[in-house]
Amino acid sequence: MNSKILKHLRQDKLPHIWCPGCAHGIVLRSLLEAIDNTGLNTSKTVIVAGIGCASRASGYLDFDTVHTVHGRAIPYATGIKLANPELKVIVITGDGDATAIGGNHLIHGIRRNIDITTVIFNNNVYGMTSGQYSPTTPSGAWAATSPYGHLDRPFDICELAIGAGATYVARGTAYHQTQLTKLIEKGIKHNGFAVIDALSTCPTYFGRKNKRGTAADMITWFKENTITVKANSVNDINQNKDDNSKMKIGEFRNINDVPEFTNEYQKLITQVMKGE
Amino acid sequence: MKDIELIQGNEACVEAALKAGIDFYAGYPISPSTEITELFAQKLIPLGKKFIQMEDEIASMAAIIGASLTGKKVMTATSGPGFTLMQENIGFAAATETPCVVINVQRAGPSTGLPTTPAQGDMMQARWGSHGDYSIIALVPYSVRECFDLTVRAFNLAEKYRTPVIVLMDEIIGHMRENVKLPDTVNVVNRAKPVETPDDHIQYKNTEDLVPPMATLGTGYKFHVTGLTHDEQGFPTSNPTTIEKFITRINEKIHANYDDIVDVQEHDTEDSEYLFFCYGSAARSCYKAYKLAREQGIKVGIMRPRTIWPFPKKHLQGLKHSSIKKIIVPELNRGQIVREVEASVTGIEVIPVNKYNGELFTPQELLDVLKGVR
Ligand SMILES: Cc1ncc(C[n+]2csc(CCOP(=O)(O)OP(=O)(O)O)c2C)c(N)n1
Ligand code: SF4
Repeated sequence: MNSKILKHLRQDKLPHIWCPGCAHGIVLRSLLEAIDNTGLNTSKTVIVAGIGCASRASGYLDFDTVHTVHGRAIPYATGIKLANPELKVIVITGDGDATAIGGNHLIHGIRRNIDITTVIFNNNVYGMTSGQYSPTTPSGAWAATSPYGHLDRPFDICELAIGAGATYVARGTAYHQTQLTKLIEKGIKHNGFAVIDALSTCPTYFGRKNKRGTAADMITWFKENTITVKANSVNDINQNKDDNSKMKIGEFRNINDVPEFTNEYQKLITQVMKGE
Repeated sequence: MKDIELIQGNEACVEAALKAGIDFYAGYPISPSTEITELFAQKLIPLGKKFIQMEDEIASMAAIIGASLTGKKVMTATSGPGFTLMQENIGFAAATETPCVVINVQRAGPSTGLPTTPAQGDMMQARWGSHGDYSIIALVPYSVRECFDLTVRAFNLAEKYRTPVIVLMDEIIGHMRENVKLPDTVNVVNRAKPVETPDDHIQYKNTEDLVPPMATLGTGYKFHVTGLTHDEQGFPTSNPTTIEKFITRINEKIHANYDDIVDVQEHDTEDSEYLFFCYGSAARSCYKAYKLAREQGIKVGIMRPRTIWPFPKKHLQGLKHSSIKKIIVPELNRGQIVREVEASVTGIEVIPVNKYNGELFTPQELLDVLKGVR
């Protein structure tokens, strides 16, 4: 482990609870590298998490960390950021946490365009509760609660975010770790609500049930099955339509002309206090 | 403010919160508490403070806890169904010892029930609403002035004991208008902050007074907050001794401070043969019935808790050498607090009087009950 990330860990809280081969550690590495690259003041950075394997990372990070309840990290983060806009607020969450129980909060955080960076550790399954389907489980997959095959259609988190009006949207994978770091870094620098769909893996529950091979096989699967779109401020996720067999990764949206909520709030306060 | 004003219970809560130093309010509209949310929308921004209407009550409760962790004084207000939605996060605030004030202007249930009718049906929900073992402080005003006083008190108790404090009103109390004179200044309590450096500070220390000083997000303490059962440092634990110490402390910090927290009004409890044990709007009818009865020579007194949780058990037990033979407990529910009264006294007959048809008690009907039990 390099010093860049080691210094951001509460080393006395390790080892972590994750299974061998779980890709959440790779995503966490990207997050910490991104934080380090952006040079955030670690005393003014708050990490807020929901509940799930992904969210457990909060306990290992040497920041102010708030491990909340299932699905509600974003409204907690909203309270923190609005109460003290000087703080940098980063949410870490899982696909189930962010888009099932917390789906409503995700779209409303996006709608407000409040300056919160949300990294979704997306392993297409509920890891912590041992392998039930999540809103990103592909149709036809197997899960503990779809023993006859999964019928629901999955969310594409990035399309969902764009549809809700997100101002920064990107997707990376645990295979493309350096790219993922850059995407998170840009999300942190973005002044507004940023959504990073970080494709992770759960070899223990999703992989085994769906015959995805070893942990390493699952991660290299991302290499074969994704295609990078070029960053473009007016871009949409459907660029590179011709290759529909592959999942798009990269930066899908990065627009800066939408006012950030806490800035606007401060302006409103100033205006009202002046009696304008 | 004018000297004497005709204001609503809900309005008095808002005035009180402003005097108590509220910094942050998050809420979601629901009758009969909506005026509170609307008034904060109007009043906080001109003071440079924050108001936000969240997407639901779960988010509102989450947002105020987040804000409280940044060192702010926070509050939300709701009614029955919204209060139910807040429960998981109220439990989180209790477990993480995050000060916050929640007002529940009760309406009749179950479910959506009767949106603008008075009821006292959430007395037990306030105590036991969230899972697990924790204790809570809940206050019950019975007048507009008390809505003011007890809301101020709720902020102060929340800060002093690092705990959620619930103010339980009912629709009558929230919507009733009375002429009141509000004080210009109030006594304000602020949570204890750590004096140690970040390296030496222990966020959930088993301090002697059971309430550890609280560090604030963004001040360099780099602490961890989790709803998982945690050790003194705030990190998850599965050590039985640590678990037991923690659960004991978050309960005992409230029960060991009974004398400071529990506030009860008593009238003629010394020489009475009968006693009304009453709270909220039911107490208003009791006062009138008590006056009428006294005029007719009936020896009746009143015990009216303003703190309902922790339950004023010691006050009731203090009655044991008195002349009281029967305690009448009128409630706008099927009998929630009466069970606590029954469990607190021996040798005194306890008589529940219940109404749950959306109407309030009239003094005459309570007087009739009193005469009937003689
Ligand atoms: C209100 C509530 N409902 C359910 C749970 C149980 N639960 C814990 S984690 C979890 C799912 C987590 O899945 P995900 O967010 O995808 O994260 P992962 O564990 O896969 O990283 C569930 C359902 C809970 N803790 N609280
Ligand atoms: S259950 Fe799955 S997501 Fe959770 S730690 Fe194990 S591999 Fe990772």
